[in-house]
Amino acid sequence: MFLAAAIALFVSMILVLARLYAGPTVYDRVLAVNSFGTLTVLFIAVLGFLNGRPDFLDIAILYALINFVGTIAILKFFRYRTLGDVPQANKNKGRD
Amino acid sequence: MTWMLIVDIVSWILILAGSAFTIIGAVGTMRFPDFWSRLHAASVSESAGMLLLITGMCLQSGLTLVTVKLLIIAAFILITGPTSTHAVANAALTSGEKPKSDVIGEGDV
Repeated sequence: MFLAAAIALFVSMILVLARLYAGPTVYDRVLAVNSFGTLTVLFIAVLGFLNGRPDFLDIAILYALINFVGTIAILKFFRYRTLGDVPQANKNKGRD
Repeated sequence: MTWMLIVDIVSWILILAGSAFTIIGAVGTMRFPDFWSRLHAASVSESAGMLLLITGMCLQSGLTLVTVKLLIIAAFILITGPTSTHAVANAALTSGEKPKSDVIGEGDV
């Protein structure tokens, strides 16, 4: 039964990757990366159950956190052109 | 003995439903016309698919540490999922990506 779930998750990961490749705007790609990360978390959890290894879930927890931080970092970079502290010039660039 | 069977069957149904929702969300992300409808489709697989899958796995593992970890994962994804979707939508909107049917009036974003 977990094999069916693993295959289903694998298929949806392929589809999200296709959206990542085809996505016209950069925000489609950020959305696809975020969705791919969540699917990876579920895939790791299902694999943990499939192989009878409960310690996979720690990896899944870690990956869920890192995925979120990664998405916000990408968005901040595209918004302010820098990841560090935002210089005053970039503050409301593109918002006017 | 039948109690174990019922729990097994229910968890199998939940897991299958969860993976079905995941596929539906992924197909929606692939097929929808513009960014804003894809946003909706992506969160379908993230919230519904994830919740059903994790509940099904919780039933499979019973009352052990594994269930606690699964609930922690579900809590994290429930908190970070909508937040990151909002961040993506906000970033797209402020950078001038308008929804196609601009119901909220012209240019008063």
